[in-house]
Amino acid sequence: MARYGMVIDTKKCVGCQDCVIACQAENNVPQGFCRDWITTESTGKFPSISLEIRTERCNHCTDAPCVSCCPTGASHYHDIGGVVLVNHDECIGCKACIASCPYDARYVHPEGYVDKCTFCIHRVEKGLNPACVSVCPTHCMYFGDFDDPGSQVNELLQSRKYHSLIPEAGTKPNIFYLI
Amino acid sequence: MNEITSTRNNYTIDPTLSVWGWEIPVYLFLGGMVAGMMLISGYFLFKGRQTEKNCSCFYLPYMSVILLSIGMFALFLDLEHKLYVWRLYTTFQITSAMSWGSWILVLVYPILLVNILIKPPKFLEEKFPQVINWKKYLLEKPILLKNIGIITMFFGAGIGLYTGVLLSSLGARPLWSSAILWLLFLVSGLSGAAAFVHVIAKDVYERELLAKADNAFLIIELFVIALFIIGLKTATEVQAQAADLLLTGEFAPSFWVFVISIGIIIPLIIQLLAVNHKVKHTALAPLMVIVGGLILRFIIVSAGQYSHWFNSNFH
Repeated sequence: MARYGMVIDTKKCVGCQDCVIACQAENNVPQGFCRDWITTESTGKFPSISLEIRTERCNHCTDAPCVSCCPTGASHYHDIGGVVLVNHDECIGCKACIASCPYDARYVHPEGYVDKCTFCIHRVEKGLNPACVSVCPTHCMYFGDFDDPGSQVNELLQSRKYHSLIPEAGTKPNIFYLI
Repeated sequence: MNEITSTRNNYTIDPTLSVWGWEIPVYLFLGGMVAGMMLISGYFLFKGRQTEKNCSCFYLPYMSVILLSIGMFALFLDLEHKLYVWRLYTTFQITSAMSWGSWILVLVYPILLVNILIKPPKFLEEKFPQVINWKKYLLEKPILLKNIGIITMFFGAGIGLYTGVLLSSLGARPLWSSAILWLLFLVSGLSGAAAFVHVIAKDVYERELLAKADNAFLIIELFVIALFIIGLKTATEVQAQAADLLLTGEFAPSFWVFVISIGIIIPLIIQLLAVNHKVKHTALAPLMVIVGGLILRFIIVSAGQYSHWFNSNFH
């Protein structure tokens, strides 16, 4: 079994939003919405303040609450890599999945179904990287399989300190940020 | 210092979640009322009160069908992909409270229909004469009616607790992360239904019984609200801050004024005086209880969406 995810190097991310634009172009994301975005977090106390710039999206959680609360089974784990997807034809737009996501990674598509990042599964199935990873000018994003001990993403996690977002929510997110 | 800025600006997601508008609280309120009505009418059937001329178990099932249908219509209006609503019934998702709820609602309608058959409307008897035979069959079997009463109470409790479980199963919203929310909505539904029924009941015994019961439900509701808040305040930091939304934060004025004062304490005082024949009984107190119950759902749904794990400093 594969478990797809991302490792993002926050020391390299400059918040240029290329990933956001690439995602919108690749996935025809409707105007006014985004499947990924840039977050800037400043922490600390003057004069020792640290700044982290990171690109965020659906965390494709291993224990995804959006999947378990979906009444129709539209939100599901894909056969390949456990990627969390929404079947548009099965989604009734009840928005329970939106309320259940601690990352607020989903939105209602103007056509009525719930939409979010798919890790560009249509590209991944062809052996390509997600669009956001492909276009990143600083190469701060790495896509791979966490279940493969020799994968680049696992090697990166072994070589650097990292964190995930809201791990205390218990969803086991599959995107990690190198610090 | 912890300052977060984001380029995300998705409609109804940012700056705070607002995916559920008036439809969900209205549905939760009506579902709670129907739950209470089913518990009351089921109890009367269980006690064999169908032999009384004006038993409220004769007309509560009609009202339940109407109110539940209005509630389900509100749910339907909330759906973004309305034409796909039938997808709910092509699957059963064991981990989804909403899936459980939609199937329970399907089962509730036939139970209410059986309740209606105990005293069916005249037009139904005229159009379908076999209805009279069914009615006779039911009335001749008091043990069967007792069991119908138990089933009605069971499914009434099922709807009542499901309305709370629906929200508490969504752990991403700290305010809803409470194991007691189902009890709060069940008791609130019971007090609303008891208030409503004791105003419209034709039978004096039922009227007095339900007025007294409503006072008990209101007192229990106060305790449950206190436990709900204590539970949140003694849990994680985000849950404690979510409780502050109701206690001192953005939703505090409406919570204290409409839910606690107008919805529980003032009607409780009025009804206690009325039950002890100190003041004349009017529809004012029950109306306050019902309005309080409705506003409770609006506040819980809105404040729950406002609460969040990430930006926990939300007030």
